[in-house]
Amino acid sequence: MSVITEAPRPSAAADARGGTPTTLRVNGTDHELLLDPRATLLDTLREILDLTGTKKGCDHGQCGACTVHVDGRRINACLALAVSMNGRAVTTIEGLGTAQALHPMQEAFVARDGYQCGYCTAGQIMSAAALLHEPCGPSDDDVRELMSGNLCRCGAYSNIVAAIQDVRGKR
Amino acid sequence: MENFRYTAAADVHEAIRLAGAAATAQQGARVRFLAGGTTLVDLMKLDVETPEHVVDINGLGLDRVAVSSDGEVHIGALVRNADLAHHPHIRAHYPVLSQALLAGASAQLRNMATTGGNLLQRTRCVYFRDPDSACNKREPGSGCPAIGGYNRNLAVLGTSAHCIASNPSDMNVALMALDARVRVQGGSGPRTIALADFYLLPGDTPERETVLQAGELITDVILPPQPEGTRSGYLKLRDRASYEFALASAAVALRAEDGRIVHAGIALGGVGTRPWRSPQAEQALLGQAPDAARYAQAAEAALRDAVPQSENGFKIELARRCLAHALATTLPPG
Repeated sequence: MSVITEAPRPSAAADARGGTPTTLRVNGTDHELLLDPRATLLDTLREILDLTGTKKGCDHGQCGACTVHVDGRRINACLALAVSMNGRAVTTIEGLGTAQALHPMQEAFVARDGYQCGYCTAGQIMSAAALLHEPCGPSDDDVRELMSGNLCRCGAYSNIVAAIQDVRGKR
Repeated sequence: MENFRYTAAADVHEAIRLAGAAATAQQGARVRFLAGGTTLVDLMKLDVETPEHVVDINGLGLDRVAVSSDGEVHIGALVRNADLAHHPHIRAHYPVLSQALLAGASAQLRNMATTGGNLLQRTRCVYFRDPDSACNKREPGSGCPAIGGYNRNLAVLGTSAHCIASNPSDMNVALMALDARVRVQGGSGPRTIALADFYLLPGDTPERETVLQAGELITDVILPPQPEGTRSGYLKLRDRASYEFALASAAVALRAEDGRIVHAGIALGGVGTRPWRSPQAEQALLGQAPDAARYAQAAEAALRDAVPQSENGFKIELARRCLAHALATTLPPG
């Protein structure tokens, strides 16, 4: 695991240690960080910013558990170097809704029981919330195609598709 | 992951200058450009890529799709795969490219991956991706355990005794069929390379995959205009319905006049050591009427030189049928 250091204000001394000054805007809050260039956005969210809702599954862009939004678009946080996200706006599951005011996609996943163990769920919901703003045909198969980057080992797929179609008003 | 120095390049000239410090732009390069990161960061985690310096080019612009007055399309190297696939001009005039892009990867990866990065996508050969294995592409002279080993997903066209790794891209197959050109900029200025000349066969130097020199940066991909009446399409066959690399794929661009085929651009994916343009299949179609028997002959010609490995012989017939089907659905017989 990379050593990642955080400092509230980047300074010349900190620079000399090798940290790269990086500003991440996460869920509307700016974080001034000094980062090991090897740190992924995923590890930075989880280990520096304590935003552990975003999950690490494969760590190679194959499972989708780490899906977050950057400037409103879904990406795999495990394949993004955090230093390359300097100045970008990141939204994680913690910023999508709150326990008191769930995002409609979160409500739909609850209503449709779109999970079993829950490990992939944050990635599924972030992916599904982004899908609402992407070109996507009306059918369940269209949704399955655009959700194929999010694996669910429990096999909750049918309820996940139902939840997404509920929010899209396609059922 | 090995440590590296990180620089966010301010402009193209800085990027080229920094990358020019490397001895090669091929496997083992000490300086790498970072665009979408979907290949590079993955391979750095595996210690297959161990650059000393990573030059982030995401701040360079190069993210426009522009149609010039003569109908040429200039696609910036940093245009994301999703944006290119959904671009109205691409959807209308180059459906094969839009379809190929949407057949690749996942929605998340298509939001990250770039046009220039996809051109340089690396093989999925398991031995290349495992630094504990021998691999002539990763470690020249170490051997090729894929020959006689796990090679179900590897190439049947363009292989050598040193390497049978397949090029996994979908986008590149469509670009081949469309006669795309690649514009690069380097220390000695810009140059434009026909995509057909961009990729190298493995031969006895599989570590060299393209003609790119150290310090050269891909800035644009150029598509020639498609004459009125051109039809194009992409067909991809794989082990599952989505989010999987091709076992075989076909990109075709066809135009018929007075019942005869006057233009054919044909390329295969998943079966070649590079995105596989097939002049043999094109020649078999030119001047002919579109019909099923003729399409089967073209498919036969495309795979005539195929060499099966221990596990991938099925791909030869699969690719034939893939191409014949792509031709028949794009320009239906009679």
